[in-house]
Amino acid sequence: MKAGSNLEKILSSGGFAVTGELGPPKGADVSVIERKASLLKGNVDAINVTDNQTAIVRMSSIAVGAILQRMGLEATMQMVCRDRNRIAIQSDIFGAYGLGIRNILCLSGDHQKFGNHPTAKNVFDLDSIQLIQTVKLMRDEHKVLGGDEIEGVPAMFIGAAANPFADPFEFRVIRLAKKVAAGVDFIQTQCIYDMDKFERFMQMVRDRGLHEKVHILAGVTPLKSVGMARYMKEKVAGMEVPDEIIARMKGAGKEKSREEGLNICVEQIQRLHKIEGVHGIHLMAIEWEDAVHSIVERAGLLPRPQV
Amino acid sequence: MIIAEGKPIKEILAMIDAYDKIIVAGCKGCVTVCSAGGEKEVGILSSALRLARQTQGRSLEIKEVTLERQCDTEYLEPMREYADQYQAILSLACGAGIQFVAEKFRKHPVLPGVNTQFIGVTEEQGVWTERCQSCGNCVLDRTGGICPVARCSKSLFNGPCGGSKGGKCEIDPQVDCGWQLIYERLQELGQLEKLEIVLPVKDWSTSRDGGPRKRIREDLKI
Amino acid sequence: MNNFEPTIVAFCCHFCAYTAADLAGTMRLQYPPNIRIVRIPCTGKVDIRFLLEAFEKGADGVYVAGCLEGDCHYLKGNFRAKKRVALAKRILEDAGIGGERLEMYNMSAAMGPRFAEVAREVTERIRQLGPSPIKRAKSMAHSAKSKEQRAKSK
Repeated sequence: MKAGSNLEKILSSGGFAVTGELGPPKGADVSVIERKASLLKGNVDAINVTDNQTAIVRMSSIAVGAILQRMGLEATMQMVCRDRNRIAIQSDIFGAYGLGIRNILCLSGDHQKFGNHPTAKNVFDLDSIQLIQTVKLMRDEHKVLGGDEIEGVPAMFIGAAANPFADPFEFRVIRLAKKVAAGVDFIQTQCIYDMDKFERFMQMVRDRGLHEKVHILAGVTPLKSVGMARYMKEKVAGMEVPDEIIARMKGAGKEKSREEGLNICVEQIQRLHKIEGVHGIHLMAIEWEDAVHSIVERAGLLPRPQV
Repeated sequence: MIIAEGKPIKEILAMIDAYDKIIVAGCKGCVTVCSAGGEKEVGILSSALRLARQTQGRSLEIKEVTLERQCDTEYLEPMREYADQYQAILSLACGAGIQFVAEKFRKHPVLPGVNTQFIGVTEEQGVWTERCQSCGNCVLDRTGGICPVARCSKSLFNGPCGGSKGGKCEIDPQVDCGWQLIYERLQELGQLEKLEIVLPVKDWSTSRDGGPRKRIREDLKI
Repeated sequence: MNNFEPTIVAFCCHFCAYTAADLAGTMRLQYPPNIRIVRIPCTGKVDIRFLLEAFEKGADGVYVAGCLEGDCHYLKGNFRAKKRVALAKRILEDAGIGGERLEMYNMSAAMGPRFAEVAREVTERIRQLGPSPIKRAKSMAHSAKSKEQRAKSK
């Protein structure tokens, strides 16, 4: 065991993991967290807490992670390279561990241009791959980047994101290999709608033997409407939505589109479960947390294992 | 070269509001090449400032001059002849030149007539784009001659990030993804294996982060 | 202000607009005497500095007249002029003179009547706009000064 987290235990015992996501409030209102968390409790193995996602200022990922740990839930703290230099990063990792957090997802971070503070300075002292190396250095060699010994090792289970559909497509597997070489333990992908393309990606992953070196969790997001499907297709960078899905959502009409969205989601999870090398799913039910229970149940993934 | 862009006329008018006799000093270096502060731009700006003042019923006397460069002491000296007859100097040189004028002409308020933007190249007449961030530690040999600091919006050393789409950066569909360019270039050169190496954490102390920089060649000092 | 006669400078290219002006003359077409024509080889020769200088020297309005688009004797001169006129209009706006006091027109050498029409159109437009703001400011300052002097002498 590297960190001994719930997520690590399930993955290393060969189980099919289910992780969820929680977006912190745009303020100091803790009740939002408690409400969302209670909808995820018992339905997922660990909960990702986003870090100022889309560069919109929200309660810090570490703070929310600590609140979740206090509630008896397992947090996966996300950390972006956009807002912190290596000093703050390493400091925050110490603090997160001290507050009980055991999983960390290392990300570059959306450019601040997208958020509510587009005139801010960005940091990017490290990139996401160097961040993975840093966490591994701290955990396995008990050192900080500058070389000093650590007083109390932050043994984190290290994760990163992968986007099988961003460009250049041929390079995506090489970049994944780089993350593995840097020391990543698990990967969560962006939400997948194009199953065929994802299966081609996973073939490339298996060809390189990467599926034996890292646990891959496939991202899924239930669609609420045909408008949402079109938005994802056209406006979100690195997202591929096949026309067939758009057609299904459109065909369902206004009253039935949520139901169809859930149907598609469950089908996707069942198909992903069969792909060799996929060790779990990362369910991002954006602003639809109350659908999580139903999705996980219909996909046959309940009850979640208690390890 | 250093690329700059003329400040809005309204902003300049506000800066020179207290003065009615100024020098407008251009530079024959970079700002001439990028058409921001050369002789022509000095002429146009001076005309516009005089016209603006006249609509307010006020006068403005301008000495229009374009120096060889403003970043070398010798080339600033010619201004000494007439500088005392004027109340302020509006410089259209890059930020370095403007500051040097301020250092050498201590009795005059020296004002910036341009916004200095970046180190870049002329892609075509009228279009200049950024290439270098002067980080002080060049890695162009490892990235096919394309700079990850300047051309990647996040200065990633192991990109691209997940926002790269169609060869363009997530921040703007007109901005190339620096790492896509690096990928294609290394592919052309048959050196794609360079991308499998994790480029280590950067030492930013040679960059602006380390404080104002200095370079000395002892053998050239008199 | 009713008897305000605008001063208008017209930069006309040798091959088209100036020739059209000649033709207007030959055809005995009437156009306002307010137009001062400056002949240039091509409107592509027009530098923004000339346009601004015309206003500094007291013009109330300025226009640039070149060949029809696609027919420029030097191929693209009139396109360059078009862009420069557009930028000069913005500069004049920022300087408080008003971008509408500067325009670009296109015509062929055979279009004598068009030349006269443009001359009339511009003169009328500038007449409506009134004298250049630099003159207004000068005359306001002047009349304020005379008022002050008259008050003193009472």
